[in-house]
Amino acid sequence: MKARKVFAKAYLWLVLLVLYAPIAFIFIFSFTEAKSLGNWTGFSLQLYKNLFTGSMQNSSALLSAVYNTLLIALIASVIATALGTIAAIGIYYLRGRKRQVMSFLNNIPMINPDIITGVSLFLLFVFLGVSQGYTTVVLAHVTFCTPYVVLNVMPKLHQLNPNIYEAALDLGATPAQALRKVLVPALRPGMISGFILSFTMSLDDFAVTFFTRGTIGLDTLSTFIYTDARKGGLTPELRPLMSIIFLIILVVLLVINIRQSKQSNK
Amino acid sequence: MAKNYIIDIQHLSKSFGDTRVLQDISFYVRKGEFVTLLGPSGCGKTTLLRMIAGFENPDEGTILLDGKDILELPPYRRPLNTVFQKYALFPHLDVYDNVAFGLKLQKVPEEEIDKRVEKVLKLVSMSDYEDRNVDSLSGGQQQRVAIARALINQPRVLLLDEPLAALDLKMRKDMQIELKEMHRKLGITFIYVTHDQEEALTLSDTIVVMNEGRIQQIGTPIDIYNEPVNAFVADFIGESNILGGRMIRDRRVSFIGHEFDCVDEGFGEDVPVDVVVRPEDIYFTTEPAKCQFKAKVNSCVFKGVHYEMWVDTDSGFELMIQDYDPYPVGSEVMLYIDPDDIQVMHKERLRNSFEGVVLGDGRVEFLDAEFEADTTGFAEGDEVEVSVEFDKVDLLDHEEEAEVSGNVAFILYKGNHYHLTVKTDSGQNIWVDTNDIWDKGDLVGIKILAKDIKLSKKAVADE
Amino acid sequence: MNKRSSWALPYFIFMLIFVVMPLVMILIYSLTDGGGHFTLRNITKFFSDKDALSTFALSIEVAIENTLLCILIGYPAAWILADKRLNRSAVTVVLFILPMWINALMRTLATAELFTMAGVQLGKGTLLFGMCYDYLPFMIYPIYNQLSKMDKSYGEAAADLGATPGQVFRKVTLPLSMPGVWSGIMMVFMPTVSTFAISEFLTNNKIKLFGTIIQENINNSMWNYGAALSLVMLLIIGVTTVLQGGGDEAEAEGGTV
Repeated sequence: MKARKVFAKAYLWLVLLVLYAPIAFIFIFSFTEAKSLGNWTGFSLQLYKNLFTGSMQNSSALLSAVYNTLLIALIASVIATALGTIAAIGIYYLRGRKRQVMSFLNNIPMINPDIITGVSLFLLFVFLGVSQGYTTVVLAHVTFCTPYVVLNVMPKLHQLNPNIYEAALDLGATPAQALRKVLVPALRPGMISGFILSFTMSLDDFAVTFFTRGTIGLDTLSTFIYTDARKGGLTPELRPLMSIIFLIILVVLLVINIRQSKQSNK
Repeated sequence: MAKNYIIDIQHLSKSFGDTRVLQDISFYVRKGEFVTLLGPSGCGKTTLLRMIAGFENPDEGTILLDGKDILELPPYRRPLNTVFQKYALFPHLDVYDNVAFGLKLQKVPEEEIDKRVEKVLKLVSMSDYEDRNVDSLSGGQQQRVAIARALINQPRVLLLDEPLAALDLKMRKDMQIELKEMHRKLGITFIYVTHDQEEALTLSDTIVVMNEGRIQQIGTPIDIYNEPVNAFVADFIGESNILGGRMIRDRRVSFIGHEFDCVDEGFGEDVPVDVVVRPEDIYFTTEPAKCQFKAKVNSCVFKGVHYEMWVDTDSGFELMIQDYDPYPVGSEVMLYIDPDDIQVMHKERLRNSFEGVVLGDGRVEFLDAEFEADTTGFAEGDEVEVSVEFDKVDLLDHEEEAEVSGNVAFILYKGNHYHLTVKTDSGQNIWVDTNDIWDKGDLVGIKILAKDIKLSKKAVADE
Repeated sequence: MNKRSSWALPYFIFMLIFVVMPLVMILIYSLTDGGGHFTLRNITKFFSDKDALSTFALSIEVAIENTLLCILIGYPAAWILADKRLNRSAVTVVLFILPMWINALMRTLATAELFTMAGVQLGKGTLLFGMCYDYLPFMIYPIYNQLSKMDKSYGEAAADLGATPGQVFRKVTLPLSMPGVWSGIMMVFMPTVSTFAISEFLTNNKIKLFGTIIQENINNSMWNYGAALSLVMLLIIGVTTVLQGGGDEAEAEGGTV
């Protein structure tokens, strides 16, 4: 038994080591000045300094990419959360064929690879003659985020006492009041995890943004990295930026999960 | 005339898809009355309650509250409040905010809300729990909060949907007493839904017994217990021996192979009937002069207050008897039944009868299937009345070997055989007498031999 | 009562415009020429284009190999993670899904650099292992999810009936965890078969995958041929989804924080 446990632990940590090697690599080399990754020229915080003071070659492009990424993620996930929550409630009360159709459609953006979502939306915008830019990217992100909100809110609806909405009506609440005062608070945990998931998926997206951003020079972090890498040298300040993002995500996720497991232990 | 009733329900019907859940329901509730809708699960009682509350709309019929039609009113405009089966307390609000929910919506001043919450929590003995999270409360406590939340709005009628079903037995008994006490103190009209016959008997002024979407009987608990109108009610309420019999003439009935005096009249002479005798109404005697029939004790089990015994009568029937004194298994006993304790009921039906169509070459269609039958004298396409005796229907384990399959829906033990109601896959009922033991819900094949299918011309007079 | 089901309507309309119509667009563009006239040329072009066909075959091969590799490495990890006796910490689980939240391009670039630094020639081998790094979490998470919500008493019942631990695994645990494996396959196979940037980075543009060809055509304004290639990919997705059982299990995988 003991040997098995040691073996199992060793396996887990080995896989984790391999999994984190690239991330650790970025992290370590964020503390050196060398232009190209993998070239250690001694410990330095210069890249961090450059990042925060904006003193690098294409600093405005990188900073606006970060800004665009965050703004698009925020707008898209707010819209996706609202749209997805209302849709989930509707789907929950649908029966039979209509419900099947809705879940089928909802599954499509999740099953479709990014490139298909991107290309198909690109063709739609071209067909409709819509000029592509901020709006089209946000709409595209809403398209692939909303299904995950629906999926996260749905289990909360199933857990909900089916009479709770009726109980509110019974006590004199109008349907709108019942939604605001009873349904939304009860669904909030699902909405929050749907929101977080949407936000991170939007942050991480490359292919869909790539096809729907048009030609106005709109860059998010992903497309910035892509063009940067194809040009040859990766902007070195990306290393500290990625390290910081990684640390923030690590802390947020750990806090959420530890709080969740504490709650479920209660 | 409807003005005397706080709730007056007339000819309600409702279908979900193809299934009729309620059929022509009419009854009324007097002000201050405690009325219970009683029936097995799926009988439509909860749907009926939800219609009164406004969560479902009937296909036909009206619901009057204080003489006014309320069908057009949405639930939040009806002066009725509901206590839901699984409490349905709002998980994100504490006890105080749950109870105050209705008053806050009405924009009642805060001091008054405080006062009324305090008062109603006291009524349900939950005074010190105002700040508690509802998830931290026990089932019984949640139930009390749910009742308080409904009562604080001073509803014209309080609707309770199996409010005690989720509680354990001991707690249920305590809450029954408290509910009864609350009802007495407040004078509010209660409409209470339950499948627990004992609960219904304990609490109600009036019981409405329902089955398969229809009202079976309406009456006081005592009426319903002592004078069930049919075998379903007799079987559902309390323990009973339900036996096939024959009314010989007024006040004389024969069953289990013996003749008895009874108090029922007006059935006619030599008419088949069903007879109900409660197990506590069969008495042991040592005087041969009093003895009406003899039996041998087959089993004897102590049930707490009384003993429950099964006896085999000299005429080959099995009866259940409850008595405070045990009789040893195997002993010969002498028994009698008082005329008062024999309840005679009309038989609901004497044989199965279906509408059918003759298909030609000795085949007939009914129950949505084809059967072989003697069709001499009928032409193809004739609409006929098909009748089959109860004991001529065979039930098979393997439903694929039979023309029709169905599920056993209801079982009645009639002393020497079982009388089953089988619901076919097409939703029709067929009644079967059998000696085999089946369980409720069993999937069975239904087989009828050609010689046992009797055809007759369809009655001309349509309903 | 039924009114609340109408709340699904806005999303339904949204999906008609942004999910259904775009797919219809792929169909329309792939069946028309630049002037908007109906033609099958785009489709026939693909089947006569040797380069495209071999890239297509290679993409499928790489995707299958990558998926198998992910199962091989990921299943044991998921199994250990879900076993309360072997792993009691929720943090370990978080560590395994955490890379999913890191920008994939950045991770891929770092992986490629790592290989270069270690002196490994960039090519098919690095492509496979690099993609496995990228997609392993997507395989582990659904399998872990499935295994950890599985009722332990199934295994106990099997053991009680005389199954050895090996038999318990083969006859009970493995079959019951298949839905998780299937959604893992969906989450790994689909992206790998269609990836473009990742494969470019990992092979230094030496190996082109199908996604890259689509991208190049679209970017060079060969929309109709690009659409036809997308249609081919949609067909693969359709087939995979049907094989997997209607995609209903995609719900099981969920994706919660």
